[in-house]
Amino acid sequence: MDTFVLLTLTGFGLGALYFLIASGLALIFGLMDVLNFAHGAFLTVAAYTAWATADAVSGMGGLLLAALVGTATGVALAVAVEFVLIRRLYGRPKEQILVTVGLSLAVPAAVQTLAGADARTFPVPDALAGTVGVLGAQVPVNRFALIGVALAVLIGVRLFLDRTRYGLVVRAGVEDRAMVTALGVDVTRAFTVVFALGGALAGLAGVLGGLYFGSLSPHQGTGLLVFAFVVVVIGGLGSLTGVALAALAVGLTQQYANYYAGGYGDLAVVALLAAVVLARPVPGAPRAAERLRRLLPAPPAARTEGGRA
Amino acid sequence: MNAAVPPPPLLEIAGLHAEIAGSRVLQGVGFTVPAAGVTALLGRNGVGKTTTVRAVLGLLPDGGRVTAGTVTLAGEDITGEPTHVTVRRGVGYAPEDRGVFAQLTVAENLKLAERPGSAHHYDLVHDLFPELRARRAQRAGSLSGGQQQMVAIARTLLNDNRLVIVDEPTKGLAPRVVTEVAEVLQRASHRVPLLLVEQNLALVRRLARDAVVLDAGRTVHTGPAAELLADRELTTALLGVGARPGHATTPSGGAA
Amino acid sequence: MTVTSAPTTAPAPGETGPPGRARRRALRPAAVPAAVFLLLALLPYSALEVPVLLDGPLNAPGSLQLLALCLVFAGLALGYDLMFGRTGLLSFGHALYIAGGAYGTRLAMTEWGLTLVPAALLTLLLGTLAAVVLGAISLRTLALGGIGFAMVTLAFAQAGSLLVGRNPGGLTGGEEGLPLHAAGVPEAFVGVANTVHVYWLALGYLTLVAAVVWGVTARPVGRVWQAIRDNEQRVAVLGRDPFRYKLGAFVLASALAVLGGAVHLLVTAGATPHSSTPTFTLTLLVMVVLGGSGTRWGPVVGGALFTFLDQRLAAFADVAEPLLVLGTLFVLAVYAAPGGLVSLRARRRGRTA
Repeated sequence: MDTFVLLTLTGFGLGALYFLIASGLALIFGLMDVLNFAHGAFLTVAAYTAWATADAVSGMGGLLLAALVGTATGVALAVAVEFVLIRRLYGRPKEQILVTVGLSLAVPAAVQTLAGADARTFPVPDALAGTVGVLGAQVPVNRFALIGVALAVLIGVRLFLDRTRYGLVVRAGVEDRAMVTALGVDVTRAFTVVFALGGALAGLAGVLGGLYFGSLSPHQGTGLLVFAFVVVVIGGLGSLTGVALAALAVGLTQQYANYYAGGYGDLAVVALLAAVVLARPVPGAPRAAERLRRLLPAPPAARTEGGRA
Repeated sequence: MNAAVPPPPLLEIAGLHAEIAGSRVLQGVGFTVPAAGVTALLGRNGVGKTTTVRAVLGLLPDGGRVTAGTVTLAGEDITGEPTHVTVRRGVGYAPEDRGVFAQLTVAENLKLAERPGSAHHYDLVHDLFPELRARRAQRAGSLSGGQQQMVAIARTLLNDNRLVIVDEPTKGLAPRVVTEVAEVLQRASHRVPLLLVEQNLALVRRLARDAVVLDAGRTVHTGPAAELLADRELTTALLGVGARPGHATTPSGGAA
Repeated sequence: MTVTSAPTTAPAPGETGPPGRARRRALRPAAVPAAVFLLLALLPYSALEVPVLLDGPLNAPGSLQLLALCLVFAGLALGYDLMFGRTGLLSFGHALYIAGGAYGTRLAMTEWGLTLVPAALLTLLLGTLAAVVLGAISLRTLALGGIGFAMVTLAFAQAGSLLVGRNPGGLTGGEEGLPLHAAGVPEAFVGVANTVHVYWLALGYLTLVAAVVWGVTARPVGRVWQAIRDNEQRVAVLGRDPFRYKLGAFVLASALAVLGGAVHLLVTAGATPHSSTPTFTLTLLVMVVLGGSGTRWGPVVGGALFTFLDQRLAAFADVAEPLLVLGTLFVLAVYAAPGGLVSLRARRRGRTA
């Protein structure tokens, strides 16, 4: 029982981390059709600036400052990338993806050149280093910090989307970007806002990732990004809550499978992905029962009828 | 200004050529829209009516571009301008598929259309479409086709516009709803000039003062709408349908 | 979508025209590859010194090994372009099949005691079957809305990569990878003295891929792929099922990748976990785009050049992280040369003509 509780809360913490990364990805992709491979790079760079801050200023204050610096780094990077690189390629989604792919290769290499290839220990303040007893399980405190931040982000982003004019533009733009411009809205400004928001969340995820794993390395962001992609595919682009639930499902699956299925958590996640993809009905395609009926031999009369239809 | 000089047309399209994914959809469209009344843009399916409208607004799909020609709005060249800039000059647009945001509520659809620097005529909109006020909190995707068309038209009337472009507003609607839409458009046309793409000739007869006919990406006829519709031979030749009277409530479809 | 719609520079065979000219046109595309092939095949007989670019003469084992690697990657990139440039499918999971080919061939030799050729063929068979299943699942997400395919192929590849890194049952060697097992490999491919044979094997692989890719894309199925790339709806309207054609391209490209993995195993004398990572696929994508996707020679040039720079940048420019340079170069290339290196040549030719 106590193991199960620990696994569940750790899964929640991991899910919180995935949610922070995936929500930004889903917003950016939903609005702009940009599959942002540089998102992991934002996270990595933010994690390093946060680490440098937390290393210089110790204690809880240092961590909060680090979170601020990390988030700001994420915003700055994202806005710079959107403004300098992505914007010129507006209307050419494949090239936008290619540019972010190039960044996802170059940025971790740059980090590695500057900071070295070895993983570094992330300074965790004493207040978050301990464990708390929950139903007989000793759960690391930082898991709760992650869950708390993710919940706050979920609520905050929901409020942004539901209550602000930019949020309205983003929600409408996800549905039909061209029509938003046809109402006289300069949608490119919403692009920058969404990229900045995604960058902020990625930066925050970088800091929390350091907290969760206790370390950071140049390729950490890229590794996390893959699972964020899985979350986006499972959760869909339509709703933030869907992304949050999918993140939770992926985090929990990974933790449970890692413990109960001999360390194959990553494979379990991919199996979950495949199952979800197969279970989802494809719009416009015949359903399984219909396809099965077509495979069965039909009487000639029925067949001609089907052919005409 | 010298009163003897006729006022310049509100919208002037000259020698417009456009291609989409390599195929030349427009090969010389030219006409003017006067600053009052309804101008109908007619033609068989696939002759380039919607492409013309979208080219005016800078809304051609990916892989589409204007290759030649100019679009002038109230004397200013707006060819190739970003869509939102053109719209902010005072152009309202209700597209062929209505362009209603299904996930947003009716109120949010209207709110999104609010343009800075313009009055927002909610009183007018709610007067024309009392139903939309009652359904303001409903998701637009759950509305009927006719109600969605009302939302689309309402968005164009919310702001002070110099021109409203409406693309096939009666397509796929039930006869009773077509009549409603026609009434709304008629009332709207007293406030703002309309460029109306339409297949329903009865509706055109009722609303339009001027008519422009396209064929194979070119302008083939311009003139008063009544004259065109009175000439059965001409309408049959240009539009492929007989302009029979007494069809005011039936959506056309004969041009398919 | 401009990258993918880059036109093929070489005229398609069978184009209309006067019979004499048609024959000449049909001859020319065959003449250039034949000349290139001959040049590359005879290259090991030359002891030419190439200062800066190579450490030793052309036929030194070190040089031949490097060139063999370039040829393998040229082949891998060309195979990848069958999906990306020719059909418009952006897969991030190609590495799964390359690593599968390398590890599979190695394990079939050591675990089941097969010799090289049966081991590679068995791996090819199993890898193709896996591609049918995984390709069908991944392409399903494409119908669910756009870019899901990229994400799902990436997830599958990542799972494979993590599996390799985890070293299940001590089979994959984890971080260390697996050295080539000499017992099952023919004598001719073992040892420094036989590097030239490995070089010819790599050339043979590239030739095979080129024959398959160029051959298939010139056939009607190639035109359907191109139509899917340019406008899938039109293909569906014409009554052809785009899903089958896309799956066909996916499976064929994956099979070529499995075979390429086996050749890669021989050229690098081992299977490395790096070959299974998503980064490996990304580098293939970079090669194809740098060279010119959807063109005859673009992926070949891009693959060879990228590999060469990746290997040699450290030597002649003291660059510790070649990916930093190549990634930046790639980003710039997307702006400066959207059609790839090949298009630069075509553009210059167009200007002088």
